[in-house]
Amino acid sequence: MSTPAATTSFPVSPEAREMRGPSAYGGGWRRFVNLTWIIGLTEYRLTYFGSVLGYLWSLMRPLMLFGVLYVVFSQIVKFGDQIPNYPVLLLFNIVLFNFFSDSTQRAVTAVVDSEGIVRKMHFPRLVIPLSTVLTGALNLFLSLFAVFVFLLAYGVSPRWTWLLLPLLILPLIAITAAVSMIVSSLYVRFRDVAPIWFVASTIMFYGSPVLYAIDTVPDASQRYLLFNPIAMLLEQGRKWVIDPSARGAIDAIGGWGWALVPIAVFAALCALGVWLFDREAPAIAERL
Amino acid sequence: MADRYAGIDVDRVSKTFRVPRQHVGTLKERAMHPFRRVEIDELRALEDVSFQVLEGEFFGIVGRNGSGKSTLLKCLAGIYKADTGRILIAGRLTPFIELGVGFNMELTALDNVVINGVMMGLTPAEARARFDDVIAFAELEDFLDLKLKNYSSGMQVRLAFSLMVQSDADVLLIDEVLAVGDAAFQQKCFNEFRRLRDEGRTIVLVTHDMATIERFCHRALLLERGHLMVIGDPGEVGARYMELNFERQRGAAGQGGGRGVATVAGAWIEDAEGRAVDAAPHGEPLTVHVALDVHEAVERPEIHVQLTNDDGVRIFGTTTRGVDAAEPALEPGERVEVRVRMDNPLGVGRFYVDVGVHTEGGGMLAYEGRAREFIVHGAPENSGLVSIPHQVEVQRAGSPAAAPR
Repeated sequence: MSTPAATTSFPVSPEAREMRGPSAYGGGWRRFVNLTWIIGLTEYRLTYFGSVLGYLWSLMRPLMLFGVLYVVFSQIVKFGDQIPNYPVLLLFNIVLFNFFSDSTQRAVTAVVDSEGIVRKMHFPRLVIPLSTVLTGALNLFLSLFAVFVFLLAYGVSPRWTWLLLPLLILPLIAITAAVSMIVSSLYVRFRDVAPIWFVASTIMFYGSPVLYAIDTVPDASQRYLLFNPIAMLLEQGRKWVIDPSARGAIDAIGGWGWALVPIAVFAALCALGVWLFDREAPAIAERL
Repeated sequence: MADRYAGIDVDRVSKTFRVPRQHVGTLKERAMHPFRRVEIDELRALEDVSFQVLEGEFFGIVGRNGSGKSTLLKCLAGIYKADTGRILIAGRLTPFIELGVGFNMELTALDNVVINGVMMGLTPAEARARFDDVIAFAELEDFLDLKLKNYSSGMQVRLAFSLMVQSDADVLLIDEVLAVGDAAFQQKCFNEFRRLRDEGRTIVLVTHDMATIERFCHRALLLERGHLMVIGDPGEVGARYMELNFERQRGAAGQGGGRGVATVAGAWIEDAEGRAVDAAPHGEPLTVHVALDVHEAVERPEIHVQLTNDDGVRIFGTTTRGVDAAEPALEPGERVEVRVRMDNPLGVGRFYVDVGVHTEGGGMLAYEGRAREFIVHGAPENSGLVSIPHQVEVQRAGSPAAAPR
């Protein structure tokens, strides 16, 4: 019997390409985009349109949270009196922050939840965290629509700066995606990332100017709170959308020089997310 | 043959899994025991495996459980990354290795077809355009509005298989697909396999069923403990596979304690052409083949062969009593081979071969239960455990009254 090594060797087809194994991105950008889109959209439909009142239910969570916080901080402790248009600011901030915390929270277990396809299919692994962010983003757009209806009903008059909102949403999506990539790849190795991240995002909720505005905290701590890029985005959103008399994020932190710190944090998070996920992606299927 | 190209070229591929003995699954454990040495077991799943699959070839990969065949397939599919070596593949590859991967039970067939199509690299529009063909092949026209969770498992398989054959991949990787679906659909799958083969698609099939390999594959390879044992003609590979199985059985018997006067060196089922098979069609000639290694002398021996089913019911038993060649005493070191031929009367199901050595008319000296497992297929429905030769007569009286049976 002939040994395997002695088997006749045929010329390899000139079209042959090397199979390099799983990665974060590989497999063609068209498939990558389509796959992220279809999985994110499907997840969104399943989560929010499973019932007849699906869209209303998707609004319920931010509205409930808004209702509770509004009653506490506006009616009981009278905290909101110092901030112009406090109720709409609160709702606006909650919707933006909810996008971040919901998306990252779901991203933590996303890779493990998709075990079935991860272990049996070749596809770019990055699709998984990105599609959870997409699901959250779709929900964010619909919620923002409701926010603007509320804004007009409250008596805030439209301004051209509303058109600048995408300049805030895009970095917010980017940082959400970066954090999602970090937590989802860490969770494959360490299962206590889930409770840790839950606590961390609660701390971030109170550490960011969601239910307060940055100028209501002591002057000394303002700058440090704004090292958090999400705080910067919320503060700038307040000026562009809710209250044109607010200082704006750059002024609040003390000029462009200081603004480099949150920009550096933002860049570092994005780089860490890409690097970490890219490093972990090839072995995810084996570790599950 | 010289003008043919290899569509898949696997060159010295190895894959080792590093499995920590105590799994450090949380950051807390890592933080509390930062210096604890984690002992790691190395599991060599593939070692230095090289082979080629020609374009348009139907290629089989066989091996026992844990032999590395699924790991090899996952490396080919790009789900695992090979540690060393190189894999070249020409043409478009199906991205998944099992039927129904990525199905979402909460969605309808249309949604699932679109998602699956996108997974295979189509755009959503292209996938939607293909829907009618997929559904027609799967014969699911009447169930379009059902969520997948309300489909029977057979219907899900039909949809999955249909998606696979309607894809325009050049290279198909398939892991154990034929174990599912009803008989009629299985037949359809077999026909589809033939069509794909005749179309010149390259197909790699992983299975432990030699019958499938011998029926479809041009060539096959056998893996054992991560090593490529033999590659070539399916018959040759099949024979080697059976040998390996017998070695395992012998090893297991050796661990079992008392050897008895004889041990079963091998027991298997042969089809009409004398090929060893795991699955035997009902009604076709079948031979139960038993080989015994004798350790102690036995005067006037009788070798019993019986067939049992999953419930342990003895369906059939026979002995070598009255067979001339079995009369002389058994001598130590001797190899005795017994063949029991029949036209397979068994109904559909899983059966076992039990082997015993007795003295004439009495005590049992050695016994091995379930020395071999095999499957019978192709019997008519509701035919029972075995078919018994019979005639059916129907008479009808002149009146239009009830016809007695």
